[in-house]
Amino acid sequence: MSASDAMSDPNLIAADDDEAAERRIRRCATIWRWALAAGIIAGWEILTRLKIIDPYYFSSPTTIVNTAYVAATQGTLFVDIGYTSASTIVGFIIGVAAGALLGLSTWWSGVYGRVSEPYLVTFNAIPKLALAPILIILFGIGFESKVALAVALTIVPAALAAYGGVKSVDKDLETLLFSLGASRFQVFAKVVVPWAMPWIVSSLRVNIGLALAGAIVGEFIASRFGVGRMILYAGQVMDINLVWVGVVVLSILALVMYAAVMTAERYLLKGMLHGSQIGTQ
Amino acid sequence: MSLTIPEGRLVSLIGPSGCGKSTLFNIIAGLLRPTSGDVLADGKSIVGRPGYVAYMLQKGLLLPWRTIIDNIILGAEVRGVPKKESIARAQPLIDRYGLAGFEHHYPHELSGGMRQRTSLLRTMLYDRDVVLLDEPFGALDAQTRLLMQSWLLQVWSDLSKTILFVTHDIDEAIYLSDEIYVFTARPGRIKAHIDVSLPRPRGQDAVTSSQFMDLKRQLLGLLNDEARIAERQESLQ
Repeated sequence: MSASDAMSDPNLIAADDDEAAERRIRRCATIWRWALAAGIIAGWEILTRLKIIDPYYFSSPTTIVNTAYVAATQGTLFVDIGYTSASTIVGFIIGVAAGALLGLSTWWSGVYGRVSEPYLVTFNAIPKLALAPILIILFGIGFESKVALAVALTIVPAALAAYGGVKSVDKDLETLLFSLGASRFQVFAKVVVPWAMPWIVSSLRVNIGLALAGAIVGEFIASRFGVGRMILYAGQVMDINLVWVGVVVLSILALVMYAAVMTAERYLLKGMLHGSQIGTQ
Repeated sequence: MSLTIPEGRLVSLIGPSGCGKSTLFNIIAGLLRPTSGDVLADGKSIVGRPGYVAYMLQKGLLLPWRTIIDNIILGAEVRGVPKKESIARAQPLIDRYGLAGFEHHYPHELSGGMRQRTSLLRTMLYDRDVVLLDEPFGALDAQTRLLMQSWLLQVWSDLSKTILFVTHDIDEAIYLSDEIYVFTARPGRIKAHIDVSLPRPRGQDAVTSSQFMDLKRQLLGLLNDEARIAERQESLQ
């Protein structure tokens, strides 16, 4: 189709307009996002200064920044952030890897897969944070117990995701591999694992948040370091400004980790999805 | 039933749907065990031994996350042939069969005909003397189908394999085959064994020769009865 065709076709012009409108909406939304964030912070600051809301309970952005500065220079804020990040990431990796292996292993036996499904679902429904005191007793008040909690929270969602992938594997592709004389292990490695990968990757986003929650609860219960411990300590000494520092730091931490996982996910899925699996199923 | 397939021939099996052609293929390919009977290759039983023959399943079936070249060498990879070696073997065939330039594309980026050529090439490069093709062109449009048929004849004469071919299409069966087995409706038995003595190489004009027409008439007669029986069976279920 030539350019003049495109000009004379009213549908195409409309489509062009749609695209321009779409771009305008996106730009507008970005501006509003930042404006809203700035507005909330400014409003918070102003309202606490005017004592319309009580600065004792709600602190204020400038106080939080100042408190954070003190905590960072004279306290152990950076150590705490590192500690919480490390236990989250280690727990996330172990939990996702173990969960994925668990879910993938169901392929090897139909009976085993069916037997484990209700257990996975049940364990998924249990509030695993209730296990925290036991895990602390088991693993001590150090790094291990925080990792254990993060693992406890992430392992089942990852296993369920992998199990979902395994259940949906195209039987014809398995037959194809068998017809080529492949062993069970080759079928597993060349069909089942790549097929289930997008499912596992899609569970990462939820799991990074769960891992962080696990690590923080672990620090709440018993710990010498971590942002969670800092919040608990600040609460106990009524240093509400420091509690707010903890909340803000955790929010930023969660955002950064979420963004990192999203980027990794997009990258991973690009290499795996080729008009297949999720979407066509 | 008993079939004997001489080496180097292209033999078609034709019959109404549900007569067990695919089951027969699964048995020959070693994926299913027959309740009785045996499959012999060069006098030795190959029952329950997948990988002895090259088998192209009905749906073509490519692994969507693998590029074309990686799909083509899948069979060799399963057998443990080094990747470099099998790529080197595949490359001339890729060029020759119209897939050049698409080696690093993914299956969904290719046309149906190219995907089918890819899985055919994979089947051929599996390097077995006997090749089973289960309705390889069933899902293609008429034009592509004709192209693929001449392409298959080319591959066959290049690689000198024994090919067993399942089809519903009488024209296709006659055009391609040396021999045709006609199956009855369920329970599938061999109804007729027809020799196709059309001279080779066969061009596209072979399909309009009087010899071709005679064969077609004969096959249509044989199949019509069976199709009617098969239809009645189906509507009774």
